[in-house]
Amino acid sequence: MISNQAKKQIDVWVAKYPIGRQSSAVMEALKIVQAENENRLSADIIQAVADYLDMPSIAAQEVATFYENYNHKSVGKHTIRICHNISCMLNGADDLVKYLEKKLGVKTGKVTKNGLVNVKKVECLGACVGAPMFQIGEQYYENLTKQKIDEIVDNLK
Amino acid sequence: MNEVCFKNLDKKKCYSLKVYEQSGGYSIWRKILKGELTPEEIIDELKASGLRGRGGAGFPTGLKWSFMPRNASMQKYVVCNSDEGEPGTCKDRDILRYNPHAVIEGMAIGGFVMNASVGYNYIRGEFMEPFKRFEGALKEVYKAGLLGKNIGASGVSFDLHTHLGAGAYICGEETALLESIEGKKGQPRFKPPFPANVGLFGQPTTINNTESFASVPEILSQGGQWFADIGVENSGGCKLFSVTGHVQKPSNFEVPMGIPFKDLLEMAGGIKKGRKLKAVIPGGSSTPVLTAEVAMEMTMDYDGIEKAGSMLGAGSVIVMDDSTCMVATLTRLAHFYYDESCGQCTPCREGTGWLYRVLKRIMDGDGKADDIDLLLGVSDKIMGNTICALGDAAAMPVESFLRNFRPEFEYYIKHGKSMVKG
Repeated sequence: MISNQAKKQIDVWVAKYPIGRQSSAVMEALKIVQAENENRLSADIIQAVADYLDMPSIAAQEVATFYENYNHKSVGKHTIRICHNISCMLNGADDLVKYLEKKLGVKTGKVTKNGLVNVKKVECLGACVGAPMFQIGEQYYENLTKQKIDEIVDNLK
Repeated sequence: MNEVCFKNLDKKKCYSLKVYEQSGGYSIWRKILKGELTPEEIIDELKASGLRGRGGAGFPTGLKWSFMPRNASMQKYVVCNSDEGEPGTCKDRDILRYNPHAVIEGMAIGGFVMNASVGYNYIRGEFMEPFKRFEGALKEVYKAGLLGKNIGASGVSFDLHTHLGAGAYICGEETALLESIEGKKGQPRFKPPFPANVGLFGQPTTINNTESFASVPEILSQGGQWFADIGVENSGGCKLFSVTGHVQKPSNFEVPMGIPFKDLLEMAGGIKKGRKLKAVIPGGSSTPVLTAEVAMEMTMDYDGIEKAGSMLGAGSVIVMDDSTCMVATLTRLAHFYYDESCGQCTPCREGTGWLYRVLKRIMDGDGKADDIDLLLGVSDKIMGNTICALGDAAAMPVESFLRNFRPEFEYYIKHGKSMVKG
């Protein structure tokens, strides 16, 4: 269920916490296994993480459902996480959400037919001086315009 | 401008150990390792500097550090709060990206003062670029032999780790943050006991904001009085202000406390062409909104902003021009708190939902005449009735938006549309 490579990555996090406190690594462990499973979690995967970290399954489930970064439904290969909070809103984020929906032919929350992209409206990503902005993978894209969005989104593979 | 956290901003590779050391970085830490500084001396300098917590609460840092039971034999921790997520706030991201070593040195100094040999920097999960920068900086200091156990046979030990969040604003609340490091849901703890007594893993812990830690090395290098003199009475030093919204050049500015708001606005290029200033949120989405008239007379320090009727918060200045619909803006803020409430306390869990749904109904053209009273009633019932400050943070914008811009809400309810032509 959890690859050896993922276990190695999880162990790096476990080593940061006192002995017996390995469940502190659950947040990263869930992210690591999620990345190996088409960016989504299932009950089995959460159970496997709980077993690996020797913690109750319910405790891992609580974390997996409390935090926003975990997916429990299918998502695209790329998730465009567009900020719609105040500084981005004041700088036209709502228009850009509509533009993205039209360009990709899907509403926020849905995945494009080819499985490549989904758009998610998210709360403040802490890059307000670069508003409007979105995040794809680890990367932030700031000071977005429709033209800039075309360039970024057209290059997603 | 840019004298402390942003000191090296204009230099190439300003985030490297080399550049940091060339400008005097780690000199305080080296003094500590040589036994030339005592915890008491450091606390005295911090108290003299007037440094107050930069995360929003504004608690004096020197005093906070003195609360730790440093002579108790148990394991103690220092924790840095880099879970930046209050709408309008984006300063810690730049400190982590451009001056990570100041955070590391500040945390190490804190560890020495409070006799805590382990530290964690909690970085929000989305901040992967700042996280990697910070991890890179950590590698450099370990390689240089400046962190670890019994560093250079000094008898001083300090190990520093990162912990990544996973998308929850509430983890910026310090006890929720501790829960999160323990691998749990980020739900705030009852206080007391305070973290200085029972904190991370049940051990004494002190949590400070990224900017607070990053300010410490420079304060100790230049002296507490030097820092205090940069600012004004009761608000020592300089502060990072994130100026965003309807300004020509949104940016982070590190400027002396007490600077007039109108000067800060000018630094950000002023309002967009052809527009007029309408409203300002001076300290991040949780702080009360002010009208243009009040804001233009305000100075940017704890007392100055309080006098104007709001709070300095994290220094997140959100500027709105006359194209802004205040109903739509408040609805978006209400959605934020509805989304981010951890669900633990009933007044906040239920109240934030009520606030959002009533505002949404007004926006949809279905507002009722008594909706304004309903909003005020709900926010009043949240205020002061929750474990942590998120409840108050959700209630305060509602009260201030309605007090300052009530006719806009009345118009929207009556006509089913905004009176502002954007």
